[in-house]
Amino acid sequence: MSEMYDLIVLGSGPGGYVAAIRAAQLGLKTAIVERENLGGICLNWGCIPTKALLRSAEIYHYMQHASAYGLAAEKISADIEAVVKRSRGVAKQLNQGVTHLMKKNKIAVHMGVGTLKGKGQLEVTGEKGMETLSARHIIIATGARARDLPFAPADGKRIWTYRHAMTPPEMPSKLLVIGSGAIGIEFASFYNDMGADVTVVEMMDRVVPVEDADVSAFLEKALTKQGMTIMTGAGVEELKTSATGVSAKIKGKDGKIVSGEYSHCIVAVGIVPNSENIGLEALGIEQVKGHIKTDGLCRTNVEGIWAIGDITAPPWLAHKASHEGVIAAEAIAQALGNKDVHPHAMDVRNIPGCTYCHPQIASVGLTEAKAKEAGYKVKVGTFPFIGNGKAIALGEAEGFIKTVFDEATGELLGAHMIGAEVTEMIQGFTIGKTLETTEAELMHTVFPHPTISESMHESVLAAYGRALHI
Amino acid sequence: MSIEIKMPALSPTMEEGTLAKWLVKEGDTVQSGDLLAEIETDKATMEFEAVDEGVIGQIVVPAGTEGVKVGTVIAVMAGEGGTTAPAPVAKAAPEPSPAPAPAPVAPVAAPVPAPAPVPTPAIAPVASGNRVKASPIARRLAKARNIDLATLTGTGPNGRIVKVDVEAAAGVAPAPAVAIATSAPAAAAAPAPAPIAAQDFGIPHEAIKLSNMRKTIARRLTESKQTVPHIYLTVDVRLDALLKLRTELNASLASRGVKLSVNDLLIKALAQSLMIVPECNVQFAGDQMLQFSRADISVAVSIPSGLITPIIKGANDKSVSAISTEMADLAARAKEGKLQPQEYQGGTASLSNMGMMGIKQFEAVINPPQAMIMAIGAGEKRPYVIDDALGIATVMSATGSFDHRAIDGADGARLMSAFRELVEKPLGMLA
Repeated sequence: MSEMYDLIVLGSGPGGYVAAIRAAQLGLKTAIVERENLGGICLNWGCIPTKALLRSAEIYHYMQHASAYGLAAEKISADIEAVVKRSRGVAKQLNQGVTHLMKKNKIAVHMGVGTLKGKGQLEVTGEKGMETLSARHIIIATGARARDLPFAPADGKRIWTYRHAMTPPEMPSKLLVIGSGAIGIEFASFYNDMGADVTVVEMMDRVVPVEDADVSAFLEKALTKQGMTIMTGAGVEELKTSATGVSAKIKGKDGKIVSGEYSHCIVAVGIVPNSENIGLEALGIEQVKGHIKTDGLCRTNVEGIWAIGDITAPPWLAHKASHEGVIAAEAIAQALGNKDVHPHAMDVRNIPGCTYCHPQIASVGLTEAKAKEAGYKVKVGTFPFIGNGKAIALGEAEGFIKTVFDEATGELLGAHMIGAEVTEMIQGFTIGKTLETTEAELMHTVFPHPTISESMHESVLAAYGRALHI
Repeated sequence: MSIEIKMPALSPTMEEGTLAKWLVKEGDTVQSGDLLAEIETDKATMEFEAVDEGVIGQIVVPAGTEGVKVGTVIAVMAGEGGTTAPAPVAKAAPEPSPAPAPAPVAPVAAPVPAPAPVPTPAIAPVASGNRVKASPIARRLAKARNIDLATLTGTGPNGRIVKVDVEAAAGVAPAPAVAIATSAPAAAAAPAPAPIAAQDFGIPHEAIKLSNMRKTIARRLTESKQTVPHIYLTVDVRLDALLKLRTELNASLASRGVKLSVNDLLIKALAQSLMIVPECNVQFAGDQMLQFSRADISVAVSIPSGLITPIIKGANDKSVSAISTEMADLAARAKEGKLQPQEYQGGTASLSNMGMMGIKQFEAVINPPQAMIMAIGAGEKRPYVIDDALGIATVMSATGSFDHRAIDGADGARLMSAFRELVEKPLGMLA
């Protein structure tokens, strides 16, 4: 008979491992089950290694534009193998970091494939055979994977998912990217900067369709200027691979079908949850299209079973998963009798989103259109980076910040940013939203000079007709 | 050395309570075990005993304060050999700096007189003398709607009053929610039902403050009627045999000082019926159903401040005399507000008898999470067909309310029939 845990976390991505650490901090006897790499997709195959790739692309971009800063760089070239090697090194370092964190927090790590076998029972099949673990509570954090095109599944040779694109067998010369969400756009940006000829196909009428329409329009212009071909309102009808490349038939906005030849294709058309074969059905755990239904404290409909991250409802973001991990761990500690924890449900409108293309995109809350759709009467302010001293000094005057307020209460409903460093700035507005600030506190806040963040202040002022530098 | 006396958790689920009455005053010397105060929870008033010996230095939370969170310091005691001088509440030395006054209690409903020796904040307090923790949007909304923040209970971190709290108090629907996860039931502490704005139409009236019990009744009955689909099944039951048996039993039990009531016998009958039809001894729990293997009968007892339902546990296995003795004790203590939580929380089904008030027949509201309640009307002489001839019989109407999610009409009917059978042929209850 195996020992009894207070909590077993199934999956060690940014949701799962954070949940395990928080639970251990609260004194829970905790185990984590992982089938592949500690840290999950995020730090092995997602967020982190792509940021490493994009950093190389960014520096390469600056080197090519050195003369704009009065510098000279000659005989510049990119070595895709070395760039990928650096990215893998970064992932490895972080993977070891998670291993260390598990050890430090005395969390039992069980490597293997986990399957629920009734309440509080989890069967783990690993290299060393099978074992059954028992726990008072189980958190499911198995995440999601890339969605395949039904007519052209990724083969890793010519048709790639994000995972292949991260360790490419060779540098693509002419790349087709299907889907312009965060993943599609980041790889499009990376390979474009690295010198590939990139075409992006998006089914919706604009790129990054979850962002504010003004941001989409700005990005499309910027990417086109960088040499990309952007096709919106378009769908790939057929995709055929050969030894030398991929041929695609794309139905354009006008309904006409155009054929194109590409060396490689990246499919980034969304995700599917990893909800198969983990025993959800036998326990009667409620799902919506494969995603587990949860309440604000990450409880499923079955007592003692919790779910966090991509396996649950959107947004499917690492930081949402991590935060849910903390909420679930605290709620479990509370259920086990800890009176000092007070978990609070998360408001999805306070979860920021970031896309690390060039220029960067960051946003939180409602877009202007969504706010109006929800019935708010809004006040909107926009401030362009061209009015910001620091942005001009950096040679990064491309971009703007837009804020949306509820006219009735002054509540900040949403903030939308595109341009240099915006992914590092969005937390300012996120804190504001979480604390339920109004325009008044944001106006009273002193922003440091010279920083691009002054544009945040100006954008708020602009919403009330008080912007100073335009 | 001073000892902080904190609001105790008198039941596992207690989060806050009303400090109904102090039984000691400042300067009193108390021994371990002495009664310090009476504390009212949502259903009962309980006595709070001293754990340590010492002298009551200062009473921090005055009697009558509602919504005192568990763990809040309510009094400070000077330990053995200590002085009786009021000990400062805040541990930090009271510096003249504009440190905000440590709020001893989370926002309470009634304006609490500020505890004496705490430093006053330099910034003017917002309301009622105590610092109110509230978000800027909550403050702005409260101002616009003319709501005193000090009257609200915050649901944000550390009791901070946030936007939804003000919106709930204003009785407005929360602002349009957009794509809120898949979240079904808003988790955490389910917010109390939004206060309903009173409309007096200028009619002379007296505003009566709700007791904790009244609030609980309001919340639970609303929840029941809104979420539980009720079905009602009524049967007429002849009581003559049961009344005769009761007379006989009472004659022989008199020496033991036991006097059975009709209700005691009906408790037994209901418990036994639930054993015969276990499909009705259930609890609906979303994705599953609990079928109980014993019948714990919650019996509605009317008390001055409202209603409470003490439980006869395992009534199916108890003799009617045991049920009678236990019920008499529970009812007496219920009227004094002295029941322990485990004595009224739980139960697998309920019995409510309004016969003594002359009610002919009624439908009761199910007491969640239970799935049935039996409503008993008055036993009265009625014209009755006996052996195809019109005669007179003592008859009562009994109506079962069933949670239709868990119980089908046919099963409910079987339970009603079993109940009638037992009451009409009551010897079966003694077997």
